[in-house]
Amino acid sequence: MKLLTGNDLKTGFVTWWTGADWSLHIEDAADVGEAGEAILAAEEGARRVNAPYIINGEQTADGPRPAHIKDRIRALGPTVRPDLTLKPADPAAGDWVI
Amino acid sequence: MYKYDEYDHAMVDARVAEFSDQVRRRLAGEITEDQFKPLRLMNGLYLQLHAYMLRVAVPYGTLDSRQMRMLAHIARKYDRDYGHFTTRQNIQYNWIKLEDAPAILEDLASVEMHAIQTSGNCIRNISSDQWAGAAADEITDPRPWAELLRQWSSFHPEFSYLPRKFKIAVIAANEDRAAMRLHDIGIQIVDKDGQHGAAFYVGGGMGRTPMIAPLIKDFVPLDDMLSYAEACLRVYNRYGRRDNIYKARIKILIHELGADEYRRQVEEEFKHVKSLGIDPPKAEFDRIAAQFAPPPLDASAPDAIDRSDPDFAVWVDQNVAAHKVSGHAIVNISLKPIGGIPGDASSAQIDLMADLAEKYSHDELRVTHAQNIVLPHVRKADLYAVWQALDAAGLATPNLDLISDIIACPGLDYCSLANARSIPVAQKIATRFSDLGRQKELGELKLKISGCINACGHHHAGHIGILGVDRKGTENYQLSLGGSGAEDVSLGTITGPGFDEDGVVDAIERVTDKYLAERTEGERFVDTFRRVGMAPFKEAIYG
Repeated sequence: MKLLTGNDLKTGFVTWWTGADWSLHIEDAADVGEAGEAILAAEEGARRVNAPYIINGEQTADGPRPAHIKDRIRALGPTVRPDLTLKPADPAAGDWVI
Repeated sequence: MYKYDEYDHAMVDARVAEFSDQVRRRLAGEITEDQFKPLRLMNGLYLQLHAYMLRVAVPYGTLDSRQMRMLAHIARKYDRDYGHFTTRQNIQYNWIKLEDAPAILEDLASVEMHAIQTSGNCIRNISSDQWAGAAADEITDPRPWAELLRQWSSFHPEFSYLPRKFKIAVIAANEDRAAMRLHDIGIQIVDKDGQHGAAFYVGGGMGRTPMIAPLIKDFVPLDDMLSYAEACLRVYNRYGRRDNIYKARIKILIHELGADEYRRQVEEEFKHVKSLGIDPPKAEFDRIAAQFAPPPLDASAPDAIDRSDPDFAVWVDQNVAAHKVSGHAIVNISLKPIGGIPGDASSAQIDLMADLAEKYSHDELRVTHAQNIVLPHVRKADLYAVWQALDAAGLATPNLDLISDIIACPGLDYCSLANARSIPVAQKIATRFSDLGRQKELGELKLKISGCINACGHHHAGHIGILGVDRKGTENYQLSLGGSGAEDVSLGTITGPGFDEDGVVDAIERVTDKYLAERTEGERFVDTFRRVGMAPFKEAIYG
């Protein structure tokens, strides 16, 4: 599957294309299939998200996940500070990306 | 400490206003990211993995308690309650919102700080010896010269668009605590027949092509220092490569020209530059130097230290250094608790260090390139009180220059350039070697980790260096041995095939075991490595 991601203009936070809008949560990410380039062009024009790009992903039991470790870390936060991830205080959060 | 004059204030305030307007235009969609990116980078604002990252300059690593408290305030109000002290003696915040950037820069300006020239192809923050003004072995305080260079390089119209970034370090002691020869220009203030001058080492650096700076001029009269630096930069700006980012640093130019030819061109340029009157009048330098006057230290203060508390005694032996004034000491605060994140400090810890500086260190602190903090002027009689306060805040780890005092870049946990994580490797190594007796048995051992070839973690200069690489989508770690960023400067040699995260920790243990087996009396790790060479270590690592 293909995922579209970028960083929110105002906050810089990692954001994922849901099929209709952007979400901070990887769980909401949609498979953009072959439409990624067209969405990317339109969203760059809208200027809400910085430097959006298309990545490879995979569907897992927990929902969509990026294929590469860098984007998995982007999706959940630094592995060394699980308290700063989108699931605060989840002790397993830091291991999730490995 | 240097205090801004009206020109400094005007420059910084004007930049804050200018950048605030640029941010407004970006948020309003009036300019694109491509247009905005070079503008934000000029103000130290990067876009990293999780958010914007702001790098704040700490000129030559010196700051006062008011400034330190402001760093804590920014961490608390605008970030996630911590900051990361860097190998360039700066601080970085990892979770900055673009819309907050103007307010942050205003807050910084209110305490005479900024983020200007902490990015971009310009002259970056001038770094220096963290013990400047306090070290028993220095011939003078190098910071007035560093400040002069700061003023000269700030918004320098000719050097705002260099072929690549440019880093300068200034020291004034034979012991190099600033990795001086691994800078684009390393300046050592030296004494020659009772006169002080500047030795210029040019063309050093780490990154993908590490080089040790050759000596270009052994003695430049200090009255000519700025002109000589200007000449060094002009030759680079004229001939440095702009067609290939990987060959754009001055080290490549000097390597290709040869040091002799580069020196000839600099000398020729210097004759012209000197006629331009760049060097400041003595009165101006004296104005700057007066602000670095030594604090009023009482040389008759008691020299004895009550070592009856054994934990305190261990900390004194490892983290406290000799001061040039009797009865005083230099306190090195380790930001490397076992299992912690090298260089990170919470806002509460930053505030505490500011309080201690105000109460016990004549209001001064330093940031070190090894990602620690220094209280430079502490009475020996106050050491116990300082240690108690640090210990209560988790800041009294007695591991300065030991194997767990690890330099590590943010790595793939934060950095968009990184290929592998650095911090978890540092944590695992520190945990493996957590026994202090074992660390002290190993003695001085500088371990440095970078998460990519850009070498922000100085791995080339580590007695043991680790470079994280991406090997077909998996983190892999190359080990190197024998580097040094000190006066015995050298570049590490790669041992062989890399390891996974746990494998590199095991390999380091085999390396240190081999060192203990091979060393002779008084030899540090790096000394043994230089004596016996790579072969026995390679045998120990790979069998």
